[in-house]
Amino acid sequence: MSARDSLLHRRVFVLPAGNLEEAGSVSGDVRRELTAMGVEQDIIRRAGVVCFEGEMNIAMYSQGGRIILLVADDRVELLFSDRGPGIPDIELARTPGYSTAPDWAREMGFGAGMGIPNMERQSDRLEIRSRLDGGTVIRAVFKRGAE
Amino acid sequence: MNIDLKLEDVARLTEAQVLTGEDQLGRQVTQACAADLLSDVLALVQDEGVLLVTGSMAPQVLRVAEVLGLGGLLFVRGKRPNQSMCDYARDAGLPILMTDLSMFEACGVLYSEGVSGAQRKRFPRDNVR
Repeated sequence: MSARDSLLHRRVFVLPAGNLEEAGSVSGDVRRELTAMGVEQDIIRRAGVVCFEGEMNIAMYSQGGRIILLVADDRVELLFSDRGPGIPDIELARTPGYSTAPDWAREMGFGAGMGIPNMERQSDRLEIRSRLDGGTVIRAVFKRGAE
Repeated sequence: MNIDLKLEDVARLTEAQVLTGEDQLGRQVTQACAADLLSDVLALVQDEGVLLVTGSMAPQVLRVAEVLGLGGLLFVRGKRPNQSMCDYARDAGLPILMTDLSMFEACGVLYSEGVSGAQRKRFPRDNVR
């Protein structure tokens, strides 16, 4: 966030480790908050999906993390950060169909290797930074008024 | 193609039980998506109000439905969502139907009524890579 003064809303969601039952609930909150703020419908949808994928990734792979929602005049941002194993090969993780999801996640219908590709598709910009045995930070940007 | 098909028609044609959302059976159904893999549903569905045909019993199916703004859920193969899932759906205003038909048969019924497959639209970054 460069222009702090344009920031309209900031919200931090803390995700405890291994909270599978609740995984996906932040995306519902994000959707409701963006709706209440009158954000464009298209962005609400895309941000909701990106948030869901990010939450599932944090639930599947990390020891917990957090999601920060930022709303500004010109954009919406979602910042995901976790404590975890990190992503050894980000290019590989961006490949549709590539997945290292655990069996329990696959049994729930996830782990199709579409998480990061889908986050990239649905956002206007996606930045991934990861440190092995440290954690991963993902920033997703949605530009407002770009329709 | 414009069709006039409501959730109540879907329930009748698939001989489905209505588990939640009895007050929303007037919702129009024009597009459907059939999958057990929730990752695919998330990647595919773009429009609001799509009917999801699924056999997935993961609680996350409801969160996916919420985040995508689905019009309703049709559980196939006689899979019955548990009470907590039904409670959640009721709170979220999501209609749930349950049919004994297989996914293939349920899709066939919907298709023959003119329901189209949910189409993925272009995303902003489709040309980036």
